[in-house]
Amino acid sequence: MNEELRADVRVEGGTVRCIGTWTASELGGVDRCLPRLALPSRGDVVVDATGVHAFDLAGVWMLRSAVRALEERGQRADLRIRPEHAGLLEMVSALGLSAPPVEAPPTPGLLARVGASTLSIGRESIGVLAFLGHSARTAAHGFTHPALIRWRAVLHNVQAAGFDALPIVGLLSFLMGVVIAYQGGTQFRRYGANIFVADLVGFAMLRELSPLLTAIIVAGRSGSAFAAQIGTMKVTEEVDALQTLGISPTALLVLPKVLALAIALPLLTVYADAAGVLGGMIQARAELSVSWSDFLDRLVKAIHLKDYLVGVGKAPVFAGIIGSIGCYHGFQVSADAEGVGRRTTTSVVHSVFLVIVVDALFSVAFSVLGI
Amino acid sequence: MRTRFGNAVVHDGVTLAVERGEVFALAGASGCGKSTLLREMILLQRPDGGSIRVLGTDLEGLDEERALALRRRWGVMFERGGLFSSLTVAENVELPLREHTRLSERLVSELAALKIALAGLPADAARKYPAELSGGMRKRAALARALALDPELLFLDEPTAGLDPLSAGGFDELVRRLKELLGLTLLIVTHDLDFLWRVADRVAFLVAGRVVGIGTMEDLSHSEEPLVREYFHGPRGRAAKEQPWNPR
Repeated sequence: MNEELRADVRVEGGTVRCIGTWTASELGGVDRCLPRLALPSRGDVVVDATGVHAFDLAGVWMLRSAVRALEERGQRADLRIRPEHAGLLEMVSALGLSAPPVEAPPTPGLLARVGASTLSIGRESIGVLAFLGHSARTAAHGFTHPALIRWRAVLHNVQAAGFDALPIVGLLSFLMGVVIAYQGGTQFRRYGANIFVADLVGFAMLRELSPLLTAIIVAGRSGSAFAAQIGTMKVTEEVDALQTLGISPTALLVLPKVLALAIALPLLTVYADAAGVLGGMIQARAELSVSWSDFLDRLVKAIHLKDYLVGVGKAPVFAGIIGSIGCYHGFQVSADAEGVGRRTTTSVVHSVFLVIVVDALFSVAFSVLGI
Repeated sequence: MRTRFGNAVVHDGVTLAVERGEVFALAGASGCGKSTLLREMILLQRPDGGSIRVLGTDLEGLDEERALALRRRWGVMFERGGLFSSLTVAENVELPLREHTRLSERLVSELAALKIALAGLPADAARKYPAELSGGMRKRAALARALALDPELLFLDEPTAGLDPLSAGGFDELVRRLKELLGLTLLIVTHDLDFLWRVADRVAFLVAGRVVGIGTMEDLSHSEEPLVREYFHGPRGRAAKEQPWNPR
């Protein structure tokens, strides 16, 4: 019974005998041994496939290829098959003529790929500039006509991007304060200068870490959400629908989000300042024996208003970056399955990158200006 | 057979049998549960009650190995194609062959080209990505992939949905050719009346999760059941029947 199932091909004198089940799952062996088969090299050949009791398209194709190989060598091949398979053979022969093997296009060389990359970066940059320009124009129009701004959408986004982020921003900022106080504290303790941990926590959190950490968290949470939301709307043709209804997608989708971030991020930063200082204060009390009142006294003496303002002042800039990049990538989403996911990831990566670069630039600028 | 999603009962008391070599259609209005039934037949969903036997095998309690063996004997064409968007059409069709057979690369790509031609696609479509194809071509590509392993049984989910009349007509022809030349059994979920008249041997008509009629189109169009009559004797129903070219 098993013998009957195995597909096989044998050469007996001037006859090529095919037996068994010639279907795709069984043909692996035949496919391998067919090129090595000692086919009769001269004269007419009989290809007897009457011993095959089941054919599928793969089997018939293989048979036909063998016959064609013989015919190309100038020999005549007399093909015999069971009558019930004749229709299949005819169909494959007809199709085979119209199905030339597909050739893969040549892979482009290094230079070609570099060129293509450069061009695509150029195109993307132009796209970004166009987007920023259009958004700026819409924003300007919004500021001169505040009644046209969609305040409900703004408030909704403030809740989603700001309020809902309070737990995570608070927790992470608190932990960051603890870490800073711990790391700095071990050094200060050596010189008996424990009290200066307040300076460290104050300067580090207020000027740098709170704004940066908050911006990164918001980029991951909200920047990606913006890209995903707008991207999905693009794929489902909702953005097109907005335009045909005479509603500007920029005004409805982009502006409220960026505005909401510009409101929420500074507030979150202040909140993160407080949480971070609290964390540092607790760590200072625990490890360095700095009492609450000592810590706060020192903090007030060391930190000036400008330190606080420098930190909070960076937040709207970060908000603009995160909001614009998130929305831009949302609009760039392509129609395939990977499109939304890919663009969401890219928007977070770009946002975080730009936020850190701009933060560094701010630091340089402030040190030059002596702020 | 019963199927429930939470409190919503999708099917209740569906019983039908499909003969080998016939084109069997599941018809009915949107939301009647026909796509869910199809999904249960192809092991994508489990029914809450009743049993399904496909190609002589009960689908309940199948282990991985036997489920795989069964899956290799049928092909499925999804409503929106289900083509892998990061692969070309040729690569999509080659995938089942690579996964489940041990044929050489050259033979695999030749067979894929054959199936692509069988589905009525031009040769240059093979190198394209699904996003670059029109809706009709995407459906044909999905069909080519469903045929990759030369299945005995083919499931089609709304094959003519969204196709222009010419493409849809071409699909009717294609389905008939597949049945006649390859001896395939086809189970088709559709609400396309023209398709039902031209291609289906028998039709099961579902309304709100129940089978209200089974038979040939001729039988159903004479049915006394009010829900069936509504479907077949509405303005579109009559128009589909009275086509002069109707070969039946």
